[in-house]
Amino acid sequence: MNELDRRLLNDFQHGFPLSPTPYADMAHTLGATEAEVLAILARFKAEGTISRVGAVVRPNTVGVSTLAAITVPPAELERVAALVSGYTEVNHNYEREHQLNLWFVVTAPDTARLSQVLDEIACRSGYEVLPLPLLEDYHIDLGFDLRI
Amino acid sequence: MTPRPASAIRACSAEALLDTIDRQIIVATQAGLPRVARPYHAIAAQLGVAAEEVMRRLRRMLETGVIRRIGAVPNHYVLGYQANGMSVWDVPDERVRELGEKIGALDSVSHCYHRPRHLPAWPYNLFAMVHGRDRDEVEAKVLTIADLLGTADRGHTVLYSTRILKKTGLRLGG
Repeated sequence: MNELDRRLLNDFQHGFPLSPTPYADMAHTLGATEAEVLAILARFKAEGTISRVGAVVRPNTVGVSTLAAITVPPAELERVAALVSGYTEVNHNYEREHQLNLWFVVTAPDTARLSQVLDEIACRSGYEVLPLPLLEDYHIDLGFDLRI
Repeated sequence: MTPRPASAIRACSAEALLDTIDRQIIVATQAGLPRVARPYHAIAAQLGVAAEEVMRRLRRMLETGVIRRIGAVPNHYVLGYQANGMSVWDVPDERVRELGEKIGALDSVSHCYHRPRHLPAWPYNLFAMVHGRDRDEVEAKVLTIADLLGTADRGHTVLYSTRILKKTGLRLGG
């Protein structure tokens, strides 16, 4: 990653211009050309360095979501993990080192559908689902400082 | 009900103030802005509204906090922050907000949430996501949090992810 790459990634995690030509405005700030900025972003995206350039929306603003966890015996993990990931409402699903070893986030248009998905997962997997909804958020998200 | 301090971020307001066009704009930009010279014009054309309208609404949603930021969303794993430790803490309920705000302000913490306990299996009520290049770095950062909490830390653990089974952007379902 060269200096321009690093500055672009560090300085534009927030404050992406709300102007008719944001990439050209970014390029101007960085002392580069619009074509260079677009090429770097395309490369970042292709390499997986960034997931996107876009909006980070506050949780539970559009639709409702919850974190949930299940204790799954190792022999059952593949089956239950596939079952959970199979829901379009599940956007994150992680295996973690703990007795509660399957952790996922369910996002739905309303609480009725959210409860239905959690109930279905419990019923189909045969294991208890612990819902861990967000009660309060204490972090102000300004992005991730690459210089720390 | 105790009023929330201004510094605490409300988790469940403003939804009623979003109309269909706001939601369509969120969905269109959440997936990523197009890499074209005039991305807001492209979204506007897709939604059948004026580009100025798209920018005005995005600006308003940023001001009200519905949108936290617009920018590049880096992937911590690819950047070398692979340890991804979810630290969970059992702190007294009456102090969870005060302590959560302190921990949420640390540079090493990317998310800090109050969540419900499920006793006896799950005694933890405060979650702080800590990123590090390796587990040693995460453990050092967790120690810093433990020091900050002092006697309020009645128990904690760190859960490391061993596998990402699914990870996509926001989905609205239905």
